[in-house]
Amino acid sequence: MINVSAAHAMRIECENDIIAVRRRVRDIAEARKFDSFATAAITTATSELARNALVHGGKGSATIEEVSDGLRFGIRILFQDAGPGIADIPRALAGGYSTARSMGLGLSGSRRLVDEFELELESAVGGGTKVLVTKWKRF
Amino acid sequence: MSGQIPIFRLGSTLLVSIQIELRDAVAEAFQADVLLQIERRGTTGLVIDISGLDMVDTYVARILAETGRMAKLMGTSTVLVGMRPEVAATLVRMGYGMEGVQTALDLDDGLALLGHVVPTR
Repeated sequence: MINVSAAHAMRIECENDIIAVRRRVRDIAEARKFDSFATAAITTATSELARNALVHGGKGSATIEEVSDGLRFGIRILFQDAGPGIADIPRALAGGYSTARSMGLGLSGSRRLVDEFELELESAVGGGTKVLVTKWKRF
Repeated sequence: MSGQIPIFRLGSTLLVSIQIELRDAVAEAFQADVLLQIERRGTTGLVIDISGLDMVDTYVARILAETGRMAKLMGTSTVLVGMRPEVAATLVRMGYGMEGVQTALDLDDGLALLGHVVPTR
């Protein structure tokens, strides 16, 4: 049972929005006293996924939630875009595969930085991409 | 040229310290500034200090590595210095080890790696 204590919806429509979203995530992590490594991890994953939404979707959004499972505090973020989706999910998650001007480590890399990572597609191809990530505070 | 990232010359070495968020426009201007300074000043070494960055994602990492490769084509060796522990851990966990980029703990070690002779009085 996940309890959501706060939610912030943010648009991702330009490069400055990527910076704003990751700053908000960093601020929450620091306010909640995540250790510096966990803070860097979730901030960096946010940057990767926000950039993915902008580059592949043209624009998108991030919904940042402060959550608790009764024992731990966590930050959960849903990234959504209206892009073409991902044709080959296993390949995108394996890393080193890029359809844009990047290194193709956005998805695979950010997955390694968070505790939970769910990739859902509205439809296989054509309906946008949704990525839900959670980082839990260590005891 | 935006000149948002100052470039200093120390003997035969250029020194830049990145203190601001890199975004597309800033990054391209930064790379152009560095390359023009290398040509103008005839330098052989470039030290990029990133101790002011608390986050380096693969976008920023790519810009840094690219800058080093560009400088290399002009005969200048690059050393990346001042990477924070959190940044090192995050980059490697993402699968990006900055291969092909020389690194040193801090500015002192970076200059030593380039064989820079610091004048003494």
